[in-house]
Amino acid sequence: MALDDSKREFRFVGTRPDRPDGLDKVTGRARFGADMNAAGMLHGAILRSPHAHARIVRIDTSKAEALADVKAVVTRADFAEVPFKPGLAGEVWNVLENVMAGDKALYDGHAVAAVAATSALAARDALKLIEVEYEELPYVTDVNAAMRQDAPVIREGAADFSVPDDMHPNVVRRHESGHGDVEAGFAEADLVIEDSFETEATHQGYIEPHACLGQLGKDGKGELWCCTQGHWIVQKTCAALLGIETANLRVTASEIGGGFGGKTTVFIEPVALALSRKANRPVKIVMSRAEVFRATGPTASASMDIKVGMKKDGTITAAQGEFRLQGGAFPGAPGDMTAMCAFAPYDLKNVHQVGYDVMTNRPKQAAYRAPGSPMAAFAVESVVDELCRKLDLDPIEVRLKNAAREGTKASYGPRFERIGLVETLEAAKAHPHYAAPLKPGQGRGISCGFWFNHGGETSVSLALSEDGSVQLMVGTPDIGGSRASMALMAAEVLGIPYENIRVTIADTASLGYNDVSHGSRVTYASGLATIKAAKDAVRKLSQRAAAKWGIPEDAVKWEDGCAVPSGPNAGDFDPLPLAEITAEMGQTGGPISGHFEATPEGAGVSFATHIVDAEVDRETGATKVVRYTVIQDAGKAIHPTYVEGQFQGGAAQGIGWALNEEYIYGEDGRLQNAGFLDYRIPVASDLPMIDTVIVEVPNPGHPFGVRGVGETSICPPLAAIANAVSAAAGVRMRHLPMSPPRTLAALKARDA
Amino acid sequence: MEYHSPASFDEASALAAQAQGVTRFLAGGTDVLVQLRSDLVTPDTLIDVKRIAGARDITRNADGSWTLGVAVSGAEMREHAELGRDWPGLVEAMDLIGSTQVQGRATLAGNLCNASPAADSVPAMVAAGVRVTITGPDGTRQAAAEEIPTAPGKTSLGKGELVSALHVPARGDRGGDAYLRFIPRTEMDIAVVGAAVNLRLDGETVTEAWVSLGAVAPTVLLVEDAAAAIIGTTLDDAALAALDSAARAACSPIDDKRGTVDFRTEVAGVLARRAARFAYARAKGDAK
Amino acid sequence: MSRVHVTTTVNGDETEFLCDPRETLLDCLRDRLNLTGAKEGCGTGDCGACSVTLDGRLVCSCLVLGVEAEGREIGTIEGVAQGDELHPLQRKFIEHAALQCGICTPGILVAAKALLEKSPDPTEEEVRYWLAGNLCRCTGYDKIIRAVMDTAAEMREAV
Repeated sequence: MALDDSKREFRFVGTRPDRPDGLDKVTGRARFGADMNAAGMLHGAILRSPHAHARIVRIDTSKAEALADVKAVVTRADFAEVPFKPGLAGEVWNVLENVMAGDKALYDGHAVAAVAATSALAARDALKLIEVEYEELPYVTDVNAAMRQDAPVIREGAADFSVPDDMHPNVVRRHESGHGDVEAGFAEADLVIEDSFETEATHQGYIEPHACLGQLGKDGKGELWCCTQGHWIVQKTCAALLGIETANLRVTASEIGGGFGGKTTVFIEPVALALSRKANRPVKIVMSRAEVFRATGPTASASMDIKVGMKKDGTITAAQGEFRLQGGAFPGAPGDMTAMCAFAPYDLKNVHQVGYDVMTNRPKQAAYRAPGSPMAAFAVESVVDELCRKLDLDPIEVRLKNAAREGTKASYGPRFERIGLVETLEAAKAHPHYAAPLKPGQGRGISCGFWFNHGGETSVSLALSEDGSVQLMVGTPDIGGSRASMALMAAEVLGIPYENIRVTIADTASLGYNDVSHGSRVTYASGLATIKAAKDAVRKLSQRAAAKWGIPEDAVKWEDGCAVPSGPNAGDFDPLPLAEITAEMGQTGGPISGHFEATPEGAGVSFATHIVDAEVDRETGATKVVRYTVIQDAGKAIHPTYVEGQFQGGAAQGIGWALNEEYIYGEDGRLQNAGFLDYRIPVASDLPMIDTVIVEVPNPGHPFGVRGVGETSICPPLAAIANAVSAAAGVRMRHLPMSPPRTLAALKARDA
Repeated sequence: MEYHSPASFDEASALAAQAQGVTRFLAGGTDVLVQLRSDLVTPDTLIDVKRIAGARDITRNADGSWTLGVAVSGAEMREHAELGRDWPGLVEAMDLIGSTQVQGRATLAGNLCNASPAADSVPAMVAAGVRVTITGPDGTRQAAAEEIPTAPGKTSLGKGELVSALHVPARGDRGGDAYLRFIPRTEMDIAVVGAAVNLRLDGETVTEAWVSLGAVAPTVLLVEDAAAAIIGTTLDDAALAALDSAARAACSPIDDKRGTVDFRTEVAGVLARRAARFAYARAKGDAK
Repeated sequence: MSRVHVTTTVNGDETEFLCDPRETLLDCLRDRLNLTGAKEGCGTGDCGACSVTLDGRLVCSCLVLGVEAEGREIGTIEGVAQGDELHPLQRKFIEHAALQCGICTPGILVAAKALLEKSPDPTEEEVRYWLAGNLCRCTGYDKIIRAVMDTAAEMREAV
């Protein structure tokens, strides 16, 4: 999108006011998913498969239904018929199959039936009375095993057109891209390193379990309250799964207790609505933490082969990679995005990448913060680090030498517009952290990371009140302080104080369609729409001033919250403040509102460089992160404190993934660690302070220069930490997480 | 589930003796409630011992030994300066269990009777020579801490029996104890390996020692060979190496989500060495 | 199943409720007393989102039964501010942006308040270990730790 109205000088943008939802959140009165109740409400609970893969022979719900406390029981038969299609073309079917199993249970934790009862305990008790006869089937949970010819077939016909016929039916999508001639490139290299890497599946780990309260009548009209990253997708999907019209379901997004990509689809919402329709009463469902781990989307696990050639001066001559990702028992693992992100930070003459989406008997993967990119960066940046080590080259200099810049043909195809990778590398080189001495037993790692960022369908409405205050309605749930950023951008355009703008996350009945809060798109796309909607309001305000003054509309301009004559020839009038125009709006033409709806396309890719120091206990394999610095291009930081927060949060999640977080499956194909005790996310005492440097290279696709910041921050940490641990331990770490048993085993293997 | 809050251990014992189905005693509740919430164990009868007189007392006896009530929380032990001076390893072992919040509730007695091989306080209790009083239908009896757990989740307590007090020996001169555990994070994990050492010196020489290991066998181990490796030594490198190999030799761990056989065995030796050095420094008065 | 009558004090107010003996204190606060500030993040004492005080002692309310509250004094996030006067921790959390999604915030505030009452001048390490049982997935803890340290400093000056 070409923008002729870019702005680089700001009055409100770039300041750090208190967040509008702060008071509610520090006093406990903010209402999250599980905090809503309704008169006559029932409590739902879901029965889940204890098997990794099993045919459902029979479900007998009669004993549960006979209980006085039980008001409804549902199985797959209570949902709509949805057509099956291969690959992601069949995503509605995939979601339905995941929400409630059909013929087969496809993973440990797969929903098979649900009840609604008068209390949460009664509902849980009733589940124990549902009898399910299973015929157990062979299962597979590992990506490489799932691709072998002898692997159990999870579902025939799920592969789309991209997959060659001779591959196993579990391989459902294939991506290939690149340019140049990699073989010629490798021949030019002084050193070629080829290596293989693995990352385990991790969970988004939001602290708030999925929760919803739904009501649906026989007339097909319903209401739903839920914690979600996008309530329009919930509306659309639930309507399809229940066979009702989209507009008849009104969905309201609660405050959301973290999502990170994991709350971009539905799990319990259609179930609550189906139960409600049957019982004719509102039904609330709140997942337990074990259910969150077993049945909501973790990220994909990955197995990757990388080959990179380099000259003695650090020039990369060629790079190639194969990325195999499993995303559970459904298509969707981001093999494509992993491949596309892998070499994006580099300006390469010869590059080639292939990605596979593979099904296994695990829960349906969901997006997790820059899906695919962190794993790809781990594999590629480890090899680049090893090349630097072997050729005795500085890792930042090598990255600078090969860095993608404006005009570079990206590894995945297009030419980059203005990007800020070089600026992050220069800032890293100049940062005191990079020059600080290391203590014995410590190692330092760096890595770059890349994410596309996203625009997406967006609607914003802005309504002015008589007293000059402003209601701003956006449709992207606030997952990190975006209401503050929206208010700042509106304040900037309108020229009125931040405090005079109230931002609401509108429900689906109050605003046009909005994509999910994902792809780091909120500050970019809802922000762009907010600016445009505010400009629409300014145009209407200016019209009223022009009419009042009796001068042409184009003789009025907007300055510091007032309509003013555009020049001496326009007339001599005192500035007319916004509140004076709105005070009279009922008599001068009616309410004044601003609107904007579009699918902005100029999201602007972003890059980061991270520096980390790690200390390894060589007797136990324990790793401690002792210093961490995030340097990332934000384009323009609207609220710098929240930008820092995104940088720090991404780094912390990356530290967890790199060191201890993983889905552990037993020989029985069941998840062994479905709780925060053994799924080990970082605790406060695990981490150091996380320093941040905000680089601002404006995105030409946003009026204020914004680039998304939420996801890029998790792209470098896996690789940066692996490089630091490898340096500290003196052995290359190729399998994440680098849990103490894995690190100690690597140390032993090196010494053996 | 029936909930009872008896006023005496005899009453608690009688309730348990008469109860049908699954009976659990509730002290801190940090295991019982987790099992309840996870639908692992839903007791038919739950007997809360916290309101029994003396259950929350920490008492120093005339001979210097200590009597601890069964509902004394980890936080209460931590806040008791004198107990911490005498038995820092025992207090720290308890203190390592769970979060600050869990410390507000969790108890030594509960940790012992939950009979997890990875229980942090149990190696420290075993090394310290802690004994317990058991109240049952036939009156009271005493037993050593290591006699209570018999297998993961199983105890030697009979129907109607419950632990009603814990007894920690007098510290005595030139003694020191320490407990170290390995966890992947810095907090909030279950021990992958735990090692407790309690020893006494004459001059610089170790005259008495007890070495106990957790999470490397179906129950917490008291490893006599490991103690023998350091008795009579000044904990020099040779003694530490012998301790390391004796500790490793005693291990018969499992592979699971928390660690491998190799890892647990290797780290048991490392922690035994580190804990011995720590206990030695404490016995000499060089460390707190 | 017969319910048990419980009389207890919550944030200074005597209150009573009926509950199933299997219900946790967290269930009772949220479902019986409509105090939804404490959150269930795990139900197993691993996340701290349900932190409350029980007779002044910091606990996870998911690891306490509702029936155990009989005759006790409970403190929840709803009782941390005095009228319209926020506790300094609450002010500092807003000022430092020590929250993103805010689901862990009530538990962290209750826990941090208990820390500062016991230890008015904590080190960074002490704050980190005290709060190790309060999981936050958004912030990386940096701004939380800074907010607690800054509050402690302000409260010391005010004394």
